[in-house]
Amino acid sequence: MDPVFLSRLQFAAATMFHFLFVPLTLGLSVLIAYMETKYARTGEKVYLRMTKFWGKLFLINFALGVVTGITLEFQFGTNWSRYSEYVGDIFGSLLAIEASVAFFLESTFIGIWIFGWKKLSAKAHATVMWLVAIAGNFSAIWILIANGFMQNPVGYTIRNGRAELTDFFAVITNKHAILEIVHVVPASLLLGAFFIMGISAWYLLKKQHVEIFQKSFRIALMVGLVCALWTGFSGDMHGINVSKTQPAKLAAMEAHWETQERAPIILFALPAAHREENIIEIGSIPGMLSFLGFHDFNAEVTGLKDIPKDERPPVFLTFVGFRTMVGLGTLMIGLMVYGWFRRNKLMESPTFLKIMLWSIPVPWIAMEAGWLVSEIGRQPWIVYGLMKTADAGSPIMASQVAVSLIGFILVYGLLGAVGVFLIAKSVKEGPEAETN
Amino acid sequence: MELQSIWFFLWGLLWAVFFLTDGFDFGIGTIYPVIGKTDKDKRVMLNSMGPLWDGNEVWLITAGGVTFAAFPKVYATMFSSLYTPLMLILFALIFRGVALHFRGKIEHPVWKNVWDTLIFLGSFLPALLFGVAFANIFQGIPFDGEGLYHGNTLKLLNPYGLLGGALFVLLFIVHGANWMAIKATGDLKERAVAMSSKAWLALVPVAVIFLVASWFATDLWNNYFTYPILFLVVLLNVAALLSIRFFTAKQAYFKAWFASGLTIVLCTFYGVIGLFPALFPSSLNPEWNLTAFNASSSPLTLKIMLGVVLVFIPIVICYQIWAYHLFKDPITDEDLGLDEAY
Repeated sequence: MDPVFLSRLQFAAATMFHFLFVPLTLGLSVLIAYMETKYARTGEKVYLRMTKFWGKLFLINFALGVVTGITLEFQFGTNWSRYSEYVGDIFGSLLAIEASVAFFLESTFIGIWIFGWKKLSAKAHATVMWLVAIAGNFSAIWILIANGFMQNPVGYTIRNGRAELTDFFAVITNKHAILEIVHVVPASLLLGAFFIMGISAWYLLKKQHVEIFQKSFRIALMVGLVCALWTGFSGDMHGINVSKTQPAKLAAMEAHWETQERAPIILFALPAAHREENIIEIGSIPGMLSFLGFHDFNAEVTGLKDIPKDERPPVFLTFVGFRTMVGLGTLMIGLMVYGWFRRNKLMESPTFLKIMLWSIPVPWIAMEAGWLVSEIGRQPWIVYGLMKTADAGSPIMASQVAVSLIGFILVYGLLGAVGVFLIAKSVKEGPEAETN
Repeated sequence: MELQSIWFFLWGLLWAVFFLTDGFDFGIGTIYPVIGKTDKDKRVMLNSMGPLWDGNEVWLITAGGVTFAAFPKVYATMFSSLYTPLMLILFALIFRGVALHFRGKIEHPVWKNVWDTLIFLGSFLPALLFGVAFANIFQGIPFDGEGLYHGNTLKLLNPYGLLGGALFVLLFIVHGANWMAIKATGDLKERAVAMSSKAWLALVPVAVIFLVASWFATDLWNNYFTYPILFLVVLLNVAALLSIRFFTAKQAYFKAWFASGLTIVLCTFYGVIGLFPALFPSSLNPEWNLTAFNASSSPLTLKIMLGVVLVFIPIVICYQIWAYHLFKDPITDEDLGLDEAY
């Protein structure tokens, strides 16, 4: 086996697992900070009980997010040493800034939040949660800037056999990175909102703790509606940018083989990369791809056949991933808009509540699918146009990677199961009883 | 001083602060099965580091991140050469973090036993492996001019490497026991004090042997003989080590904890100064050594990162000191009664 292939599998497994927890941390932290602020302002116990209930679920998730994140920072060195040497000047700095500017703040203050209930005033305690929420989202921003450099490298020159920084401002204002930020951050809030709505729906269907969960549901619905629309809108902008900067990714997202004007969108297709065509195509809308990619029905869209074979990304996963993300995104927008009209009649809308309960996994699937598009669609490049993934690995033995990969799968599988079990247990225990 | 030299010492400082802060967490986890007799003892121990360990661990992330940013070639070669030990450390840290959070979630002896074992392993293994890894770095690692590793992971467990591991474990045990002497009360406190004293008695000969062995196994002493003023670091180190005992005897546990912390920082600096200018020496050929001068980032990156670090690290230190101050008092029953407590 090829160590680079195993390292890719390992990195994919580790990041995708890590990203089960990250968006929930980002989204829930903001929503919990909002709830706790309500408590600090009004002194109403219901908001305290809300904060504590969602906080308990948040912390289980947070623990898994933190421990699975640490390994990622070191995997660039362990498994991708050629890459690290080549772009460390820029990429490494962004990771170091993330740690010193944001992650320190988040990790130090989460400890204070957990153990500081009796040591701080209600207002100070709520402020601590805001610091956690802001720091967490700042962390995400720096990581997305680092990813933005891999997608669309800017602000560098090739010198001394590596990419060296020439313009730091260009790196942090990279258009690709900014579009990722305005897409992923609201998507994470949306995911947090769906989590809260789903669990609240379960309690509302059972007609237990109605006050807490109705209030929680409405807060999440408000945030969810805004974020669903915002995520869709920023996704569209992101798509237009990708069409310009990464034509191969766009072509793979749409399984688009022939370069043409008035390029159609195919709703469903089964792409066959070796035959350079789609075996099955269902539902073609002429000009739609040109419109979505360039906001012009007549624009020319490059097809995969005009991209050298060794620079084409894997088509099937990119194509399916993109459809999954967009389909589920649209579904979530629909649910949020419908929910907005039912916001004062939640108890009379059991079907809607049931749908929301079963929709808890939807934003997770959409986000993971979105990352598949982003990362697989960038292949065969590790840094777009600059370095190929095949040249980026460490000079290590396949057996080493195989052992650690098995370790990751076993340990993460186990932790994931324990985490889900504990979250489910805490959900079932419900909020604390009302006390005065 | 040159930018690269400044970064070399910042690099050393970040590792030192990581060992200083997370060091007592590792120490507590290591002595956890020994002095934590009852479930309540154990909870006191876990809650004594509960609010702080997460922030402490970020020093590791920052040390790693800064290695990546300032010395990308070192980051690439160090972590790919030491692939297996680093993976072991990372898995251990995963288990420690999760165990701390999850242990108290279910009241069942089997559940708690499993996480207790993982807390011990997740603390002891990193302490040992960091010691082994750094001692081996002091000796040099068998990698060539292309960054290709020619060694065998098991050979890291050579006598000098193991000595480094023992030194780290004992340092952290003393440091952790000193923190428990501050945070515990009653029997547990007495056991912590006794543990600190016993571990200190073992630490002194191990430290002396390590310094002597370094003469034979490494080139660390060369810089000291070139610049004899540097012997001050060693003298201070000895003074800090001795003062631990002095303060413990006087029952001044905060001072003893500061002294053990200072000892850890100075021990790290003993090695870092000896290494200069190499960050990652090759045992095959000194010309392949990765040094502050041949493995660093571009001057622009070093400048920008220096600005970031000089602004933000002092801020981090301020709010972490505030966090320590907030949680400096002994653990009470009220603390243990908190819903969120471990």
